Amino acid sequence: MRLVDAVKYRLPLAGVVSILHRVSGLLMFALLPLIIWFFDTSLSSEISFERFTAAFVSGIGFVPGWLIKIVSLALIWSYLHHFIAGVRHLWMDMTHSVTKEQGRTSAVVTLAASVVLTVALGAKLFGLY
Amino acid sequence: MSVNYGSRRVVTGAHYGMRDWLSQRVTACLMALFTVVLLVQVLFSKGPLGYDSWAGIFAPQWMKVLTFVLLVALGWHAWVGVRDIWMDYIKPAALRLVLQVATIVWLVGCMGWAVQVLWRI
Repeated sequence: MRLVDAVKYRLPLAGVVSILHRVSGLLMFALLPLIIWFFDTSLSSEISFERFTAAFVSGIGFVPGWLIKIVSLALIWSYLHHFIAGVRHLWMDMTHSVTKEQGRTSAVVTLAASVVLTVALGAKLFGLY
Repeated sequence: MSVNYGSRRVVTGAHYGMRDWLSQRVTACLMALFTVVLLVQVLFSKGPLGYDSWAGIFAPQWMKVLTFVLLVALGWHAWVGVRDIWMDYIKPAALRLVLQVATIVWLVGCMGWAVQVLWRI
Protein backbone atom coordinates (compact mmCIF):
# COMPACT_ATOMS: atom_id res chain seq x y z
CA MET A 1 0.00 0.00 0.00
CA ARG A 2 1.28 3.41 -0.94
CA LEU A 3 0.84 6.53 1.20
CA VAL A 4 -1.65 8.00 -1.29
CA ASP A 5 -3.81 4.91 -0.77
CA ALA A 6 -3.40 5.03 2.98
CA VAL A 7 -4.70 8.59 3.27
CA LYS A 8 -7.94 7.55 1.53
CA TYR A 9 -8.89 5.55 4.64
CA ARG A 10 -11.01 7.46 7.14
CA LEU A 11 -9.17 7.22 10.43
CA PRO A 12 -11.49 6.23 13.31
CA LEU A 13 -11.34 8.41 16.44
CA ALA A 14 -9.39 5.70 18.29
CA GLY A 15 -6.84 5.99 15.46
CA VAL A 16 -6.70 9.76 15.89
CA VAL A 17 -5.96 9.30 19.61
CA SER A 18 -3.29 6.74 18.73
CA ILE A 19 -1.40 8.89 16.23
CA LEU A 20 -1.69 11.94 18.51
CA HIS A 21 -0.24 9.79 21.32
CA ARG A 22 2.82 9.38 19.09
CA VAL A 23 2.92 13.00 17.98
CA SER A 24 2.64 14.30 21.56
CA GLY A 25 5.31 11.89 22.79
CA LEU A 26 7.73 12.82 20.02
CA LEU A 27 7.09 16.54 20.61
CA MET A 28 7.93 16.23 24.31
CA PHE A 29 11.02 14.17 23.41
CA ALA A 30 12.17 16.82 20.92
CA LEU A 31 11.56 19.66 23.38
CA LEU A 32 13.16 17.89 26.35
CA PRO A 33 16.02 20.45 26.56
CA LEU A 34 13.46 23.27 26.80
CA ILE A 35 11.62 21.44 29.60
CA ILE A 36 14.88 20.96 31.49
CA TRP A 37 15.76 24.61 30.86
CA PHE A 38 12.44 25.52 32.52
CA PHE A 39 13.35 23.15 35.38
CA ASP A 40 16.85 24.67 35.64
CA THR A 41 15.99 28.38 35.53
CA SER A 42 12.92 28.07 37.78
CA LEU A 43 14.88 26.22 40.49
CA SER A 44 18.54 27.27 40.45
CA SER A 45 18.24 30.64 42.21
CA GLU A 46 15.87 33.54 42.85
CA ILE A 47 17.60 35.49 40.10
CA SER A 48 17.15 32.68 37.58
CA PHE A 49 13.53 32.31 38.78
CA GLU A 50 12.97 35.96 37.86
CA ARG A 51 14.49 35.28 34.44
CA PHE A 52 12.17 32.27 34.09
CA THR A 53 8.98 34.24 34.81
CA ALA A 54 10.17 37.19 32.70
CA ALA A 55 10.76 34.87 29.72
CA PHE A 56 6.99 34.29 29.50
CA VAL A 57 6.27 38.03 29.53
CA SER A 58 9.05 39.91 27.79
CA GLY A 59 10.82 36.97 26.18
CA ILE A 60 14.46 35.95 26.42
CA GLY A 61 17.24 36.68 23.92
CA PHE A 62 15.73 36.78 20.44
CA VAL A 63 12.74 34.62 21.48
CA PRO A 64 9.57 36.64 22.20
CA GLY A 65 7.41 35.87 25.25
CA TRP A 66 4.33 34.90 23.23
CA LEU A 67 6.32 32.19 21.42
CA ILE A 68 7.41 30.68 24.74
CA LYS A 69 3.76 30.72 25.84
CA ILE A 70 2.57 29.03 22.63
CA VAL A 71 5.27 26.35 22.84
CA SER A 72 4.45 25.83 26.53
CA LEU A 73 0.79 25.44 25.63
CA ALA A 74 1.75 22.81 23.03
CA LEU A 75 3.74 21.01 25.75
CA ILE A 76 0.80 21.24 28.17
CA TRP A 77 -1.51 19.71 25.57
CA SER A 78 1.09 17.03 24.75
CA TYR A 79 1.45 16.06 28.39
CA LEU A 80 -2.31 15.96 29.02
CA HIS A 81 -3.10 14.01 25.86
CA HIS A 82 -0.23 11.58 26.41
CA PHE A 83 -1.25 11.12 30.07
CA ILE A 84 -4.95 10.54 29.39
CA ALA A 85 -4.32 8.34 26.34
CA GLY A 86 -1.91 6.34 28.53
CA VAL A 87 -4.53 5.90 31.27
CA ARG A 88 -6.91 4.81 28.49
CA HIS A 89 -4.40 2.09 27.53
CA LEU A 90 -4.11 0.89 31.13
CA TRP A 91 -7.90 0.89 31.46
CA MET A 92 -8.21 -1.17 28.25
CA ASP A 93 -5.53 -3.60 29.49
CA MET A 94 -7.14 -4.07 32.89
CA THR A 95 -10.80 -4.32 31.90
CA HIS A 96 -10.37 -5.78 28.38
CA SER A 97 -12.47 -2.92 27.03
CA VAL A 98 -11.52 -3.41 23.43
CA THR A 99 -14.78 -3.41 21.47
CA LYS A 100 -15.30 -0.89 18.68
CA GLU A 101 -17.85 1.07 20.72
CA GLN A 102 -15.69 1.19 23.85
CA GLY A 103 -12.71 2.28 21.78
CA ARG A 104 -14.72 5.08 20.22
CA THR A 105 -16.24 6.27 23.49
CA SER A 106 -12.91 6.31 25.34
CA ALA A 107 -11.32 8.08 22.36
CA VAL A 108 -13.94 10.84 22.53
CA VAL A 109 -13.38 11.18 26.30
CA THR A 110 -9.58 11.33 25.79
CA LEU A 111 -9.73 13.98 23.05
CA ALA A 112 -12.34 16.09 24.88
CA ALA A 113 -10.70 15.93 28.32
CA SER A 114 -7.24 16.84 27.02
CA VAL A 115 -8.57 19.78 24.97
CA VAL A 116 -10.78 21.11 27.80
CA LEU A 117 -7.94 20.93 30.33
CA THR A 118 -5.52 22.52 27.82
CA VAL A 119 -7.95 25.42 27.23
CA ALA A 120 -8.40 25.88 30.99
CA LEU A 121 -4.64 25.91 31.67
CA GLY A 122 -3.99 27.96 28.52
CA ALA A 123 -6.40 30.65 29.72
CA LYS A 124 -4.42 30.80 32.97
CA LEU A 125 -1.12 30.89 31.06
CA PHE A 126 -2.28 33.82 28.91
CA GLY A 127 -3.64 35.63 31.98
CA LEU A 128 -7.35 35.47 31.13
CA TYR A 129 -8.21 34.77 34.79
CA MET B 1 12.57 -17.03 31.28
CA SER B 2 12.11 -18.93 28.04
CA VAL B 3 15.14 -19.74 25.93
CA ASN B 4 15.39 -17.37 22.98
CA TYR B 5 18.64 -18.66 21.44
CA GLY B 6 20.09 -21.89 20.05
CA SER B 7 18.29 -25.06 18.96
CA ARG B 8 15.96 -24.97 21.96
CA ARG B 9 14.80 -21.47 21.07
CA VAL B 10 11.10 -20.91 21.70
CA VAL B 11 9.62 -19.65 18.45
CA THR B 12 5.95 -19.71 19.34
CA GLY B 13 4.10 -17.36 21.64
CA ALA B 14 6.94 -14.88 21.29
CA HIS B 15 7.46 -12.73 24.38
CA TYR B 16 10.09 -10.59 22.69
CA GLY B 17 7.99 -7.44 22.98
CA MET B 18 6.66 -8.29 26.44
CA ARG B 19 9.50 -6.64 28.37
CA ASP B 20 9.14 -3.35 26.47
CA TRP B 21 5.35 -3.47 26.77
CA LEU B 22 5.57 -4.01 30.53
CA SER B 23 8.36 -1.49 31.17
CA GLN B 24 6.40 1.11 29.18
CA ARG B 25 3.47 0.66 31.57
CA VAL B 26 5.49 0.45 34.78
CA THR B 27 7.46 3.61 33.95
CA ALA B 28 4.20 5.34 32.95
CA CYS B 29 2.63 4.50 36.32
CA LEU B 30 5.71 5.81 38.15
CA MET B 31 5.55 9.09 36.23
CA ALA B 32 1.80 9.39 36.85
CA LEU B 33 2.47 8.87 40.58
CA PHE B 34 5.15 11.57 40.50
CA THR B 35 2.72 13.94 38.73
CA VAL B 36 0.17 13.45 41.52
CA VAL B 37 2.79 13.97 44.27
CA LEU B 38 4.05 17.17 42.61
CA LEU B 39 0.55 18.47 41.85
CA VAL B 40 -0.60 17.94 45.46
CA GLN B 41 2.42 19.88 46.76
CA VAL B 42 1.87 22.74 44.28
CA LEU B 43 -1.86 22.96 45.05
CA PHE B 44 -1.37 22.88 48.83
CA SER B 45 1.50 25.38 48.94
CA LYS B 46 0.43 28.50 50.79
CA GLY B 47 -0.04 31.73 48.86
CA PRO B 48 1.13 32.40 45.29
CA LEU B 49 3.83 30.03 44.09
CA GLY B 50 7.09 31.97 44.43
CA TYR B 51 10.69 30.83 44.27
CA ASP B 52 10.88 29.72 47.91
CA SER B 53 7.82 27.46 47.85
CA TRP B 54 8.70 26.07 44.39
CA ALA B 55 12.32 25.28 45.28
CA GLY B 56 11.12 24.09 48.70
CA ILE B 57 9.21 21.28 47.03
CA PHE B 58 12.44 19.81 45.64
CA ALA B 59 14.53 20.51 48.74
CA PRO B 60 13.85 17.32 50.80
CA GLN B 61 16.03 14.35 49.98
CA TRP B 62 13.01 12.03 49.46
CA MET B 63 11.67 14.41 46.76
CA LYS B 64 15.09 14.44 45.08
CA VAL B 65 15.16 10.64 45.09
CA LEU B 66 11.60 10.51 43.74
CA THR B 67 12.47 13.03 41.01
CA PHE B 68 15.56 10.99 40.15
CA VAL B 69 13.36 7.89 39.78
CA LEU B 70 11.09 9.99 37.55
CA LEU B 71 14.05 10.92 35.33
CA VAL B 72 15.15 7.30 34.93
CA ALA B 73 11.55 6.25 34.20
CA LEU B 74 11.21 9.10 31.70
CA GLY B 75 14.41 8.17 29.89
CA TRP B 76 13.45 4.52 29.68
CA HIS B 77 9.86 5.28 28.62
CA ALA B 78 10.98 7.75 25.95
CA TRP B 79 13.57 5.27 24.65
CA VAL B 80 10.95 2.52 24.17
CA GLY B 81 8.50 4.95 22.57
CA VAL B 82 10.89 6.73 20.24
CA ARG B 83 12.54 3.44 19.22
CA ASP B 84 9.06 2.18 18.27
CA ILE B 85 8.63 5.20 16.02
CA TRP B 86 12.00 4.62 14.28
CA MET B 87 11.22 0.89 13.88
CA ASP B 88 7.84 1.68 12.28
CA TYR B 89 8.82 4.43 9.87
CA ILE B 90 12.57 4.23 9.22
CA LYS B 91 13.41 1.22 7.07
CA PRO B 92 17.11 1.64 6.07
CA ALA B 93 19.11 -0.11 8.82
CA ALA B 94 21.98 2.40 8.76
CA LEU B 95 19.73 5.42 9.18
CA ARG B 96 17.74 3.66 11.88
CA LEU B 97 20.90 2.84 13.82
CA VAL B 98 22.08 6.45 13.58
CA LEU B 99 18.71 7.69 14.85
CA GLN B 100 18.67 5.15 17.69
CA VAL B 101 22.16 6.16 18.80
CA ALA B 102 21.19 9.84 18.52
CA THR B 103 18.11 9.11 20.67
CA ILE B 104 20.25 7.55 23.39
CA VAL B 105 22.73 10.44 23.30
CA TRP B 106 19.85 12.95 23.47
CA LEU B 107 18.15 11.18 26.40
CA VAL B 108 21.27 10.46 28.43
CA GLY B 109 22.48 14.04 27.90
CA CYS B 110 19.16 15.50 29.02
CA MET B 111 19.00 13.19 32.05
CA GLY B 112 22.52 14.22 33.10
CA TRP B 113 21.60 17.91 32.89
CA ALA B 114 18.39 17.34 34.90
CA VAL B 115 20.25 15.39 37.61
CA GLN B 116 22.78 18.21 37.90
CA VAL B 117 19.96 20.75 38.34
CA LEU B 118 18.23 18.52 40.89
CA TRP B 119 21.17 18.15 43.26
CA ARG B 120 22.13 21.82 43.00
CA ILE B 121 18.99 22.95 44.81
